[in-house]
Amino acid sequence: MSVLVGFDTRLVVQGMSGSAGAFHARQMVEYGTRVVAGVTPGKGGAKVAGLEQVPMFDTVAEAVERAGANTSVIYVPPPYAADSILEAAAAGIRVIVAITEGIPARDMVKVKHVLDHEHCETILVGPNCPGVITPGQCKVGIMPGYIHKPGGVGVVSRSGTLTYEVVHQLSALGLGQSTAIGIGGDPVKGTDFIDALAWFAEDPGTSSIFMIGEIGGDSEERAAAFIRANVKKPVAAFIGGQTAPPGKRMGHAGAIISGGKGAAADKIAALEEAGIAVAPTPAEMGSTLAKLLA
Amino acid sequence: MKIHEYQGKQLLKQYGVPVPIGIAATSADEAIAAIPNVQEQSGTEVVVVKAQIHAGGRGKGGGVKVARTRADAVAAVGKIFGMQLVTPQTGPAGKKVQRLLIEQGLAIEHEYYLGMLLDRATARVTVMASAEGGMDIEEVAAKHPEKIFKQPIDPATGWQDWQSRRLAKQLGLAGKPAQELAAFLRALTRAYEELDCSLLEINPLVSTKDGHVLALDAKLSFDDNALYRHPELEALRDPSEEDASEQEAKKWDLSYISLDGNIGCMVNGAGLAMSTMDIIKYYGGAPANFLDVGGGATAEKVTAAFKIITTDPDVRAIFVNIFGGIMKCDTIAAGVIAAVKEVGLKVPLVVRLEGTNVELGKKMLAESGLNIVAAADMADGAQKVVQAAKEAK
Repeated sequence: MSVLVGFDTRLVVQGMSGSAGAFHARQMVEYGTRVVAGVTPGKGGAKVAGLEQVPMFDTVAEAVERAGANTSVIYVPPPYAADSILEAAAAGIRVIVAITEGIPARDMVKVKHVLDHEHCETILVGPNCPGVITPGQCKVGIMPGYIHKPGGVGVVSRSGTLTYEVVHQLSALGLGQSTAIGIGGDPVKGTDFIDALAWFAEDPGTSSIFMIGEIGGDSEERAAAFIRANVKKPVAAFIGGQTAPPGKRMGHAGAIISGGKGAAADKIAALEEAGIAVAPTPAEMGSTLAKLLA
Repeated sequence: MKIHEYQGKQLLKQYGVPVPIGIAATSADEAIAAIPNVQEQSGTEVVVVKAQIHAGGRGKGGGVKVARTRADAVAAVGKIFGMQLVTPQTGPAGKKVQRLLIEQGLAIEHEYYLGMLLDRATARVTVMASAEGGMDIEEVAAKHPEKIFKQPIDPATGWQDWQSRRLAKQLGLAGKPAQELAAFLRALTRAYEELDCSLLEINPLVSTKDGHVLALDAKLSFDDNALYRHPELEALRDPSEEDASEQEAKKWDLSYISLDGNIGCMVNGAGLAMSTMDIIKYYGGAPANFLDVGGGATAEKVTAAFKIITTDPDVRAIFVNIFGGIMKCDTIAAGVIAAVKEVGLKVPLVVRLEGTNVELGKKMLAESGLNIVAAADMADGAQKVVQAAKEAK
């Protein structure tokens, strides 16, 4: 079992003719993901090197109607990415994974408003995220596939490379993953911790959860309250940015401590109060969960 | 991206936000010449001399002076221009004042706080206002959250006048000032939206004895992700306010922040980069910087990043910590090798590689003949680099 993506995923790659889109589409095909279509406006009918078997369309609507796409992954550059998300939603795509980094916040405020009001059934993951993977079944995104192992740990993370780090540690300890979801570091995003935690809590294939947060905002605190009330499965966590100086933007638009809010210490305290095991260093994420399960 | 107060006020004025009459100057002579102009335009003797630096808390550091006469104003210019202004936000070294704003003095009735920013919890831009203006608003927020009033902006409709009426009532404004507040907020919210601001703060917003509402201060920050559609804002950048290494990094689209420690870090991904800083501190070291080379970096970009780290004179050891996803380990290896060949390597270098093309990357480094300490994992690398930095002292 898994959440969001799996054997029934039929993927359309938006921006497949670009260099990042083409590279990762090939990687996803190699992993076993069913990539059924590519979309780049004006490139309908074209062939992308190494992906000759995947039909290209001008619009997502055609990819849905003619290739049966039900999931989309977006590698479109920032100025056009908000438009691409809304196009996918309007075409009836169920799960949209937006990899694009650097989308203006104003655009995302509008996208979120439209999704919340017009497309309640659509799930957006990201933007500015590594994607979603169900090991052994389907990879949608940019993560290195080989570090993952099928298993029972649900992973949800605000950080891309830290997700790879925890997955690598878990796999080395023999702890496979049900699904790993990178929710991304932007201030306005689709899926948040609470959404992912609710899916993992329900999923019979998920037996424990690892959550990676970072400084800024209060979504870790809200996630802690949610876990305390709703999640019976064992949960371990890590918070990045414990030593970051206040007021500095650390790469992620979301990762900034301002006005004394969003500090790592507050988040760790909230998680520990909710009974969650917090890893003291990023090198001990896997072992912290392993200890909990022993 | 941040701009100066006077630039912010000029922008806001274009949107119809009322601001005091003022003239900006980049030399003491210019500032002195501006004094009679401002007096004449405003019809009052009183002017305010304001240091223009990006850091807040200028008043507390002596960077803002109210002058009742022309002679006082000239004296204030002499005192403030060129001074090393220390505020709680500049650090102990302070910031040299190279720009001044000469502004009309106002007869103030009351000071308010007004701020706009994106509330992540609701994904809406939110206007915050308080009658406790001029004070440290973060203190008000912590001690008296009930004294801060909020109005979220609906993305479908934009700011509505009823929201201004509600805020005016809550702030205790009535009559003409309340009407002026509505016009003020209409203009301000439009400016925030159209300029892609990430923060817009008017602290204080003032009502005057003669019933007007004006922005006495203006602090604007812009969403860096949206700067591509605002080429006009690029001209407002003040390079003297930005760290030289951070500017060089920006040229290469690298996310770099200089810190106080002595261990140079090169990492891919913001989360891993922050965590690398954390683990260095955990093992008793101190990072010299935050550097995220990003996902799709080329070998040239990695070389540029490496050069930025090595030009920091405080760096005693370097830690490269890479978990390749989009970023391939062989690209990192090629970039590091090219940089070392070009600029040399005077301090110990610890490299931890994992992820896409890891074997190739490791092989390239091993065959390069460079004096590189290989790390098995993150903890091993952090311990090795902390040790190396200690020994190098």
